[in-house]
Amino acid sequence: MTALSEVLQGGIVQNVLLGAAMLGAISGMLGAFAVLRRQSLLGDTLSHAALPGVCLGFLVAGGRDLGSVLIGAFVTGTLAALSVMLITRRTTLKTDAALGIVLSVSFAIGIVLVTVIQGQAGSGNLGLMTFIFGQAAAILRADLWIIGGVGLAALALVLIFWKEFKIVSFDAEFARAQGLPVAAIEAGLTVMVALAIVVGLQLVGVVLMVALLIAPAAAARQWTASLGAMVTLSALIGAASGAAGALISATTRGLATGPVVVLVATGVVLVSLLVAPGRGLVWQVLSSRRARARISDGRVLATLKGLATTHRDADYPAERGMLQAALGARPPGPRLTGLERRGLIRRVAHPPETTAHWELTEAGHAEADALSGKPEGRGQEDAS
Amino acid sequence: MISAFFDSIPAMILLTGALVGISSALLGSFLVLRGNAMLTDAISHSIVLGIILVWLLTRQVSGPVQIVGAALTGVLTVVLSELLERSKLVKMDAAIGLVFPALFALGIILISIHARDVHIDVDTVLLGEIGFVWLNTVSLFGISVPVSVASLGAVLVVNLIFVVALWKELKLATFDAGLAAALGFLPGVLHYGVLTLTSVTAVAAFDAVGAILFVAFVIVPPATAYLLTRRLLAMVLLAVALSVAACGVGYVLAVYWDVSIGGMMASITGLWFVLALLFAPGRGLVAQALRWRAERVENDCRALVAHLFTHEGTPAMAEENTLRALVDHLRWPEPHARAVILRAHDRALVERRDGLLALSGKGVAEAEAIFGRAPPAETDIRA
Repeated sequence: MTALSEVLQGGIVQNVLLGAAMLGAISGMLGAFAVLRRQSLLGDTLSHAALPGVCLGFLVAGGRDLGSVLIGAFVTGTLAALSVMLITRRTTLKTDAALGIVLSVSFAIGIVLVTVIQGQAGSGNLGLMTFIFGQAAAILRADLWIIGGVGLAALALVLIFWKEFKIVSFDAEFARAQGLPVAAIEAGLTVMVALAIVVGLQLVGVVLMVALLIAPAAAARQWTASLGAMVTLSALIGAASGAAGALISATTRGLATGPVVVLVATGVVLVSLLVAPGRGLVWQVLSSRRARARISDGRVLATLKGLATTHRDADYPAERGMLQAALGARPPGPRLTGLERRGLIRRVAHPPETTAHWELTEAGHAEADALSGKPEGRGQEDAS
Repeated sequence: MISAFFDSIPAMILLTGALVGISSALLGSFLVLRGNAMLTDAISHSIVLGIILVWLLTRQVSGPVQIVGAALTGVLTVVLSELLERSKLVKMDAAIGLVFPALFALGIILISIHARDVHIDVDTVLLGEIGFVWLNTVSLFGISVPVSVASLGAVLVVNLIFVVALWKELKLATFDAGLAAALGFLPGVLHYGVLTLTSVTAVAAFDAVGAILFVAFVIVPPATAYLLTRRLLAMVLLAVALSVAACGVGYVLAVYWDVSIGGMMASITGLWFVLALLFAPGRGLVAQALRWRAERVENDCRALVAHLFTHEGTPAMAEENTLRALVDHLRWPEPHARAVILRAHDRALVERRDGLLALSGKGVAEAEAIFGRAPPAETDIRA
């Protein structure tokens, strides 16, 4: 713990943590829209397409200059988005083929440029790899201002166009009918995705950027059904994953930040998928088990009621085997104890047989009638 | 002679590239047509985890065990994504985007942790080492052959057998999965077959081109071929030819500029695609633009005929039936107006009479056809 607090007090680590948290928050916030608009894989394409831009930024600036790298990545990312649009609109190729083509070809061009840079002598080589798998430790104090500025700009855009983004994300047809410039808003949202990618590059790198875009949003979606809460939560998860990943990789030798951040974010997604109230898998299993138990209870009651009616004896004692037949393969034990505890059936002796027998109580008759949709009816058997 | 061929470094590099290209294009054609291109991306990323896991368990760098074991992670990615999608908690695209980065990240971390004794480094994952495949050889029938060539050759044979033997079934399952299922051809199993072989090919190609460039070999040549032909057999053969050509051209350029060979080969597949996108006969962007322009001139010819017909014999004729009116009243740019008049003149619809544009006999007939033989009352087209 003392080691950790010592690490935290270091100025570099503070830079890194702050930068990583901001980057994660921006990507998480903008990623929420990408996930809702089913553009997750467009994010993958744009992030791979940022590689040639990063390299061009390096070549133009002659080294690791965050500004020119970000501009380069943004330009090639936007070009990639336009190319995908061109291919899907003007050919009969499917969207996924267009995404795959643009992704792989721009990455290939990027790889060629990487070898061009590696061929040049100098320190550019080292800085470049930080954009491929992410290296939060490379974040400088000066970079924080750029990151913060981009973050504020993104936040302002989201707040100003909140209503438009919301309506286009959920019902583009309705938005068109309302006379909104849907194409322009969609283009704006795509540019925002490109922006999120460009910003996140430093933290997770071009190859894994898609995870920082999707994972926080997919996790946040499990906990809430409101867009405002989802975007906020997504930004928080992104910030937490970014900071945690940066801290782990900064304190472990030779570990790139990107993979660590991605695994942290994936962990959050896993937990969310399992335990998010109402939606999570654990809840789904519990509620389906509850539903199944309710149906089994109903079948036991209906069987007892049926036997009582057939034998014109409201207190007809039914043997375990008879109830087993009603439930099929399931052993009736837990259901019978449950019903007994709720006071719907009671255990009775039925000499000369030695096995346990059950009969309906008053409440049990009422419940069985309610389940079968009949009005109150214990009296029927007695009356006849 | 044979061993001289296998000892030649450029020949081995080209052969490796061609083997990657042919194996990928065979399967890629079906993936592109089915709309599963992005699954290739997911698979090729995830196999990195498989490769390092198999190495940690068996310490085997190559061979059937390594290939099949690592390929399982590729299939696992597809299975996990589909399970996640079926839980209805996330959509398919997000499911893919969640699963493969996680597996890939795990693979990269394992490589970093075992960096000192593992045979692959993070650079290999990205770039591949097609330039060095000749370093690692195995003896086959007394000839020393690069390991990559041997394993890629085996994979190619398997892919070829699969595609040739199941050609009819694959074709049917790709174009009409419903009918294939109704006829009992199990399109789902065939689909998984294609994805499994894609995984296997990705692992075999990993040493040569890395995890991500492989995607270019699978998707781009078939997509390019798809722009050029509408017949499946022609598409597959064309895709194979384009791959091989990209390897040759890419290798020469990479050596010339001293850059990544795999990257250059993959970039050239992109060049083929751009060329096809622009110049594909009938469907390319250039053909589309030419057709669009021709149609526009044709349509405006009809508009010109209608315009002249409306004003002929009216007091406004002197003003309306001129080039000026087309520019000022119909708001056509002057070059376009001239082109339309020229076209109408070529078709003998329009002639020049007393310094005015006038309809020929054929032009009048055309106008009557446009207006359904009922010359309209004097109306002003400007309105």
